[in-house]
Formats: sequence, C-alpha cells, structure tokens
Amino acid sequence: MNNAVQLKAKDYKSAVKPIWCPGCGHFSVFNAITKAMAALAISKDDTVMISGIGCSSRLPAYVDSYGFHGVHGRGLAIAQGLKVARPDLTVMAMGGDGDGFSIGGNHFIHACRRNVNMTYIAMDNEVYGMTKGQASPTTPMDWDHSKLTPHGPGVRPFKPAALALASGAPWIGRAYSGNPNQMAKLIAQAVEFEGFSFLHVMSQCITFCPEQTDWKAIVHERGEPALTDADEAAKLFLHEDGFQTGLLYSERRATWPPESAVPQSEDALGQLAASFRV
Amino acid sequence: MSSTHLSIAITGAGGAGVISCGELLLQAWARLGGRGLLRKAYGPQIRGGESAALLKLTEDERYTAADHYHLLVALDWDNFSRFEDEIQLGPDTWVLCETGAEIPAAVLALQPHVLEVPMAELAKSAHPDGRVNMLALGLLGGLLGLPVDSLCQLAQQKLARKAEAYQDAAVASIRSGCAQSLDCELHPPALGDTGTWYLSGNQAAGLGALEAGIRFVAAYPITPASDVLEWMAGGLEQVAGQLVQAEDELAAINMTIGAAFGGVPAFTATSGPGLALMSESIGLAVASETPLTVFNVMRGGPSTGIPTKSEQSDLNIALHGLHGDAPHLVLAPLDIADCVFTTGWAVQLAQQLQTAAIVLSDQFIGQSTAVVSEPRRCAAIASAPAEPSAGGDYLRYKLTDSGISTVASPGDVDQRFTADGLEHNEKGTPSAKHSDHQQQLQKRQDKLEQFDYGEQWAALSGSGPVAIVSFGSSSAAAAEAAVQLSASGTPARTIALRLLAPLQTDALAQALAECERVVVVEQNHGAQLYRYLRGQMDFQQPLHSYAMAGPVPLNAKHIAQFVAEVSAV
Ligand SMILES: Cc1ncc(C[n+]2csc(CCOP(=O)(O)OP(=O)(O)O)c2C)c(N)n1
Ligand code: SF4
Ligand SMILES: [Mg+2]
Repeated sequence: MNNAVQLKAKDYKSAVKPIWCPGCGHFSVFNAITKAMAALAISKDDTVMISGIGCSSRLPAYVDSYGFHGVHGRGLAIAQGLKVARPDLTVMAMGGDGDGFSIGGNHFIHACRRNVNMTYIAMDNEVYGMTKGQASPTTPMDWDHSKLTPHGPGVRPFKPAALALASGAPWIGRAYSGNPNQMAKLIAQAVEFEGFSFLHVMSQCITFCPEQTDWKAIVHERGEPALTDADEAAKLFLHEDGFQTGLLYSERRATWPPESAVPQSEDALGQLAASFRV
Repeated sequence: MSSTHLSIAITGAGGAGVISCGELLLQAWARLGGRGLLRKAYGPQIRGGESAALLKLTEDERYTAADHYHLLVALDWDNFSRFEDEIQLGPDTWVLCETGAEIPAAVLALQPHVLEVPMAELAKSAHPDGRVNMLALGLLGGLLGLPVDSLCQLAQQKLARKAEAYQDAAVASIRSGCAQSLDCELHPPALGDTGTWYLSGNQAAGLGALEAGIRFVAAYPITPASDVLEWMAGGLEQVAGQLVQAEDELAAINMTIGAAFGGVPAFTATSGPGLALMSESIGLAVASETPLTVFNVMRGGPSTGIPTKSEQSDLNIALHGLHGDAPHLVLAPLDIADCVFTTGWAVQLAQQLQTAAIVLSDQFIGQSTAVVSEPRRCAAIASAPAEPSAGGDYLRYKLTDSGISTVASPGDVDQRFTADGLEHNEKGTPSAKHSDHQQQLQKRQDKLEQFDYGEQWAALSGSGPVAIVSFGSSSAAAAEAAVQLSASGTPARTIALRLLAPLQTDALAQALAECERVVVVEQNHGAQLYRYLRGQMDFQQPLHSYAMAGPVPLNAKHIAQFVAEVSAV
C-alpha cells in the first residue's frame, strides 16, 4: 500500500466495532497501537496483528491491517510461524493474561527464549474477562470476587516481567492503559527493536475488577534509562511493585532464525530425489 | 530354482550392527535389480537393546512383512526371545550362528538346520578390529551371490565419516565372509530391472511434501514420525525453506497455521499423542480456511501405547477428532513409494481447498526401507482462478459456487482481512448469526464435496465376487491375500482407499457394483474403517470385518483364509 499520504491513528482502525465494555482498558491499548502505527507510518498491508482468545484478543479485527484471531493461548505460536516464514512482515501478537500466561504460558517462555523479531503485547487485567471474571495467573492471592475461587486463588501471582527476563526476552517494557501516549511510544519502540519485544500492559477490567481504577494512583514511571544488565534487571523485577512503567530492560541478542549458510542450488529438489537412487 | 521370496532375519545385541548389515545387503541386492523390504525391530531400550533386521527379498514390490523366515543370522542370542513373536522359524529354516554359542531351547525345538560358523574368530583373523556384523554381511553376500566389491564399496560409503582403519576392518571382514563356502541351500527370488530407488516411507513423504511446495515445517519430535522431520530439516535448507523445532505440538500446529496464513505452504508431522494435542487447532485451520498438512505416522495406541510398532488405530481421531462440524481431508499412502504421491497430493489438495489435510501413514511403511521403482509423482493440480476484488471490498470468505474463495496473504495490496476461528461472515467479521453460520458451514463442506478428486481416491485391482477394502498400509497384505485367493481359484478384487475423507461414496459403490460381499481389512482392534464405511453408505452386499490390532503385521494368508471362510457360508 502506498503511504504517500500521512495516515493518522484513526486511519488504522477498521470498520469493525469493538465489543468491549465502556471504560475497558483494552480501548486504550487499541488506540495506542494505532497511534504507534501512525507514528511509524507503518504499511497496513505489511503488518499483521495476531491474537488468541479473550476480550483483549479481539483486537486484531479492529485494526485495518492483516490479522489472525486464533484459538486460546496460541497466538504467539501463530505469530512466530508467520514471522519465520515471512520475515518481510511486521508481526505483532497480543492477548490477555489468561491467554498468554496460563493456557499459553509455555509459548510465552519459549517465544522469549527463541527471540524471533516481533512484538508481543500482553494486556494484563489480572482476570479472565471474557469468561466473566475468574482468577488468572496474575490475580492477587486474596482476590475473592470469583465464584470459582470464593476465598481467593490462594496462589502467588506470576511476575510476567521476571518470567520474561528469566526466559531470555531481550526487550521488556511496561505500560498502563491510563497513559495511552506513553504506551504508544513504547509500542513504537518495541516494533522498531530488532528481536522479541515484550510489552506488559496493565489494562484494567472495569467490569470484573472495578477496584483497578485505583491503579491510577499507584502506577509510576520509572523514568530512568532501560537496564541493559540482566542481573540488575532480575533484582528490579523480583523486588518492584509491578506498577512502574517505561522501557525497563533492553539488550541486543541474536535473533532467530539465523541467516542460512547453506548454498542454494537451482536443482536442489532433483538432487534430493537423486539421493534415493540405488 | 527361484521362489517368490526369501526372508532373512539378522538379530543381535544393540551395537552389534545388525541394521547396517541388513541395509547394506539390501542395497547390494538392489544394485543387481533385486527387490526387497527391510523392517527394523528394536527392543524397548533406547540404545544398547537388541535389534533385528527383517529382510524380505521379493520378485515384486507388494511389500508385506514376512511371516516365516528361511534364514536366521543370530550374531548373538542375547534376548532373542524378545523377537519370538516376530521371527517365525520352522524345520526348513537355516540358522546361522556363532560356533559353540548356546542356542535357545525354543529355537532348537523347531528343529531348524543349524550352521555354526566361527564368526568372531574369522573376523579377528581378517583384521585385528574385524567386525562380526560385516563378516556376516560377507557370508550373506556369498550365499546370495552378491559381488563382493559392491558390498565393500557400499560399506565404505556408509562408513565414509569413520577413520580409514575402521573402514579397512569392515572391508577385510566382508571379504573374509564372502570367501567362506557354506553348506546352505537358499533360493533367492528372480532379479528385476535396475534403476530403482531405496528409501523409507518417512523419507518418501518428506520428498513428496517438498516437491509439492512445502517450505515451512514446525516439528515436535515423536516416534515414529521424527525421521520425517529430521529428513525434511536437511531438505528444507537446500530449498530455502524453514524448520522450527516447536516447544510442543500445540505450538507446532499453530506455527504451521501462521506460516500458511503468510502464503507459505506448511507441514507438520506427528503421531497419535501429538495428533490429539493438535486437534483443537486443526479445527482452527478448517474454520479460518488456512491450508496445512499434518502427516501422522501411526503407532500402537491409545496413550503412549506401543511407540515403536505399527497400528492403524488413529483413523477415528483423524476422521472425527475435531470439535464442531469441521470437514477436512484425510488421506492414507498405500505403501512406501506411494508416500511420495499421496503426501504430494495431500499438500496440493490442502492448498487448493484451503483446509487441513491429515495424512495417515504408520510405523510399518514409515520406518521400513524398500527397493522401489521410481515413485510416481502427483501432477500439479490446477489452481482455482483468482478473482481479486477492488480495494476495500475484499471478501475473504466469499460464497462461491465451488465453495472456494480467493485467498490473499499479508503483503498483498488492499486485500486486508482478519482470519478468524470465530464464526464469521463473508468478510471475516465475527458473526453469531444463524444465516452466516449456516452459509459458512455449507461453504466449507461444499468445497470438499464438490471437488473432483479424479481416479486417485483408491487403487483398484483384480476382479471377482469378493472385494477386499483396505486403507493405507494394510493394502499390501490385502493385495497379497487377493493374489493367493486368485491362485486358489476364488478371485478377489481389492479396493485400497487413499482418500478417506471426503469418502468417495459414489465411486466406491460403483467399484462394488458387481460384488457379492465385501471384506474390510485394517490393522486396529476397533474395526474403525469398517464402522466408518457402514456409517457413510448403504451397502448392497454383506460387509465383513477383518480387524487385527498391531503390533504384529497383518498376515496375508490369514486374510485369505478369512475371506474364504466368509465366502463359504
Ligand atoms: C481451549 C479453551 N479453553 C477455554 C476457553 C475459554 N476462555 C475464553 S477467553 C478465556 C480467558 C480470557 O482471559 P484473558 O486472556 O486474560 O483475556 P481478557 O478477556 O481478560 O482480556 C477463557 C478461559 C477457550 N476459549 N478455549
Ligand atoms: S469484561 Fe473486562 S476485559 Fe472484557 S471488555 Fe469488559 S471490561 Fe474489558
Ligand atoms: Mg485478562
């Protein structure tokens, strides 16, 4: 697509109307993504949004790019397959805390470790929104609003940033749905980073966790340059409150797959077949 | 005198090199124009267990497992009992073993001809590092009249990466073995044309996939499918393709979906447990109309079952394992050479029909190697005419007469859409409307049912009042049974199904038109094919089931007996 005309954020929105509840944090993630796309003047035809299942995972259809709304937990696998097969594309995966850290947890740690050049935005509302409010891997231990766990999950929540670091992610940032401008900047940086960039977004679920409106008072910008040393980042992620935003950690690592060193021959298929001749 | 086949079992402890011995023997035999099959049997240990090379030298390429051995070469007798089920001996069997070794009583009880050869001593005196398996190869080469130079050259080729001294020891052992004269009467079958291929079904499938255009593979290891993936890893590098080792089958299947969405033909291979894990996302491929091929090499099930042995028991999950109404393709290669054709066909059909194809191979044809005439290839299927729409109104899931809609890939100008596993309208926008659901369900069914699959849905052969219907690898035993029946004056025809879904019911009914009865042959306990066929169509004639669980291979004689019995009543 010809980007001769400078597109605005709204030009990156499709005609499909979001199903989200009014006040849902996912709206601001959507806005921030389109803002970042406009800032990067990214080609709609060469960009793909990929997700799993959840309220958050509905996002791809709302963006006027190519998209794939997959099954629960597997967005990252679809995204990596696409990026490896089509390195020319800009690939962004997204989904919720349930999608990414529970059912898709294995893909999350392996995506961090594999370091395919793409961006993953986890929209964390510490709850399963779509299935009407059950605890997720990031829900506080004593959150007793779900009938499924009436006394609270009673299990320590994940620290997604620490998990990403331990798994080898080279770029870790955090944003908050209450600050879409900062989020847009972080998304643009994440897309431009060469490698697997993980943006953890605190995205409130107004319907099942109305108490999350209090986040506004807790969230704070880190305001320092990103750490480049994994040891220091480990200390930060293990001891922080989980509410500081910004680009927290960034380090260059070789991306996967490496360039092939195998010489290509035009008759490769013929040679493969010939190898079976007696 | 020449007989129709000669079966040779070579057994020994792990590391004794019986498989190499069998492979080199078959390759040298093939160079002369001989045909043959090599099955490999292993004990449960990963390494260091006992193993057996089960050779069947034949006149034709109807490769069934041997049910009787003319020659047993026992490099040692450690754990020979593990193979008692698989290596049937009799009074006409020649047993070649180490001088003075204690022959198991069960073997002696069968009163075979025993030939003791001081193999260890001969190998030692041929070369200080002489190898008993290579000495045995020489002995066998001598018995079959194979040129010793050919054996030595093949051995050197195989050992090319080893030190020269190692190769010298092998060559000296082979030459010493060849020079012995043994008092043993074997009747090798007649030789045929040269110009053959030597490969396993898993390799054949990999080649068929690459030739049909597969350029992306996501892999999670599982026996007996890993070697498809391992062969493809090397092959893909040469054709600028990519292979990703995934963290599990859930990732593997979804990575193939991602690559295929990008317009790159994608493939994964697995076995029963992996297929079970993949099934949710195969449904996603069906709903989002993303083409992909899942090559399933069946092993004994359920659960971990019998991982190293063959069975055709994943038919049910392949046909019915997806949730919702999810029409898709299910195919099965009929033999080792046909793995090239059927896999290539499956890949092309999946691409053309924008759906998932599950290909059911199994351990028997997957991991056995054979000498085959140059495999037939699947001709390119003409692709549906593309009808690109003007900017902005692209309908990814447009309702068409054929049920097939034009597919765009990311990067295509102004054809943007979001593929979805949620039910959707023609544009791809999620919709829970009854009319959209009904239309898209019908479209996905129509495109599979209206497609003209041509003659390849089955291999038909012979004539006669009884039809033996089989699928995939059991077809060789069915064909062999039909030959035996015809020889005994009760001709039978065979219908070997290559396309299982959508089942070509009209063509099948037509093929059965003059038949008085139908016998359905398969290697599983639950008569899965038999029940499937009964559910899919009304048969005019009685239908009988011959269903036998693995891991013992199907036996043509027993099938022929069964057919004769049901025909007699
Ligand atoms: C295999 C499977 N299991 C369960 C579900 C039900 N399900 C749909 S969304 C969801 C959780 C969504 O939570 P999250 O990913 O945090 O997204 P949110 O809705 O909070 O944005 C679950 C459990 C499903 N769709 N598929
Ligand atoms: S349920 Fe929660 S997460 Fe889902 S749309 Fe409503 S506010 Fe957003
Ligand atoms: Mg959530």
